[in-house]
Amino acid sequence: MQPVATTFFFYFLAAVTVLSGVLVITRRNPVHSALALILALLGQAGLYLMLYAPFVAGVQIILYAGGIMVLFLFVIMLVSIEKSQKEEQFNNMWIVGLLAALALGALFIGVYVKGRDLFAGREVALPEQSNTQQIAILLYGNYMFAFEIASLLLLVAIIGAVVMAKKRI
Amino acid sequence: MNLTTFIIVSVIKTVIALFVLLTAVAYSVWLERKVVGHIQNRWGPTRVGPFGLLQPLADGAKFLFKEDLIPPHVYKPLYIAAPMLAVMFALTSISVIPIGNVVTIGNIKTPLQITDVNIGLLIVLGITSLGVYGVALAGWSSNSKYSLLGGLRASAQMVSYEISLGLSLVGVLILAGSFSLRAIVDAQAGTFWGFIPRWNIFQGQIIAFFIYLTAAYAETNRVPFDLPEAETELVAGYHTEYSAMKFAMFFMAEYANMITVACLASLLFLGGWHGPLFGPPLLQAILPVFWFGLRVFMFLFIYIWVRGTLPRFRYDQLMAFGWKFLLPMAIANLVITALIVAIRS
Repeated sequence: MQPVATTFFFYFLAAVTVLSGVLVITRRNPVHSALALILALLGQAGLYLMLYAPFVAGVQIILYAGGIMVLFLFVIMLVSIEKSQKEEQFNNMWIVGLLAALALGALFIGVYVKGRDLFAGREVALPEQSNTQQIAILLYGNYMFAFEIASLLLLVAIIGAVVMAKKRI
Repeated sequence: MNLTTFIIVSVIKTVIALFVLLTAVAYSVWLERKVVGHIQNRWGPTRVGPFGLLQPLADGAKFLFKEDLIPPHVYKPLYIAAPMLAVMFALTSISVIPIGNVVTIGNIKTPLQITDVNIGLLIVLGITSLGVYGVALAGWSSNSKYSLLGGLRASAQMVSYEISLGLSLVGVLILAGSFSLRAIVDAQAGTFWGFIPRWNIFQGQIIAFFIYLTAAYAETNRVPFDLPEAETELVAGYHTEYSAMKFAMFFMAEYANMITVACLASLLFLGGWHGPLFGPPLLQAILPVFWFGLRVFMFLFIYIWVRGTLPRFRYDQLMAFGWKFLLPMAIANLVITALIVAIRS
């Protein structure tokens, strides 16, 4: 069957993602921020589905929305809400933040204007059925080294966190 | 099939699936009370209807008409949303679970499942992993220390056991070469030497099967892993402050999750709906669904049996068991399965 109402779904999911992204940084209550972030991640998973990447979409939901965000919420639930609501929400670094955001925006616009030829045309014939296999071949074949380095970095970060948190190991 | 027929068929299938699931949820509660009663040398429900069979109806009516108390100290929006989230995620995962072969009615061919997607297993895992938000948010929004402790325990426990659960399934995925639940069941058709069925449990995944079952018990917060609602320490854990239909929603979510786990265990390890087929064509069409239902019933019975038998873990035991025993076992099983498949091909 042909996809139905793709334009509508794209703008719907994009709007959900962007709006909840804005909510993440504007809500005072950290639990609300976390919930908005979950919504943003789910919207992103929907966008992956629309790009014919079902595996990435599934993993996005399981890992980010269902795994990492649960841990975020776990930590937030232990924090005193009253205290965090009295604290200042934005610090004085907003000028630097604005500059960084502008630079990133300029980069995006530059890529959009100059690099149009880099992207494929309108339709990309993606093998949806073997999506998972394709990802595995790329990750463990062509990009094996980068992939293993990334997992090593994560391991170092975990060990660092344990060392910092525990006085006596 | 054009769009209109597709929508009509999907709506019919969804209504039937929801009706069957909710009935199954109601009668699992009845079965649990009955079986645990007999295990403890009691009768269980006997008053409403023959063998207490109308007890679920009576319970439902009671839940509907009870006063819905909302304590003044709760954070209202999330307090109301949490049970809805729990029951929503619990009911959604049934949408990708197949219960039988493809059937042909008239000139419409349709699989016996709401939708057959090629990442079916990932969707079930994703939705069950989102299910923890119902429990965690209920605990937090209730604004009571018992609820909060229950919610915290639930989120820590579910994140920990989810890893072993996911890894135990990878062996099955390697054998089947697909995420589609239908393809996984189809890969288990046939027999070894004419009499041993080619179920994944007989294809060397027996360790994975037990890891899955243990981790799934923890995911569904059932005995011996029911620490989020440990009534001896936390009153009722995350649903301490809930009453009437909101409490019933958590109850429904728990039993719907149990049924999902039972369905997945049957599909992934016990060959789904494969079984002996005989008799006239109509019987042959119904038998696969019956064999599947039998397996699901068996898993539900084991759930209840375990509940009637085992005591509860201590919290540190729970964490040590999950991380130091279950996870290494799951990884070892994965490595060995991958090696064998690599050598064979």
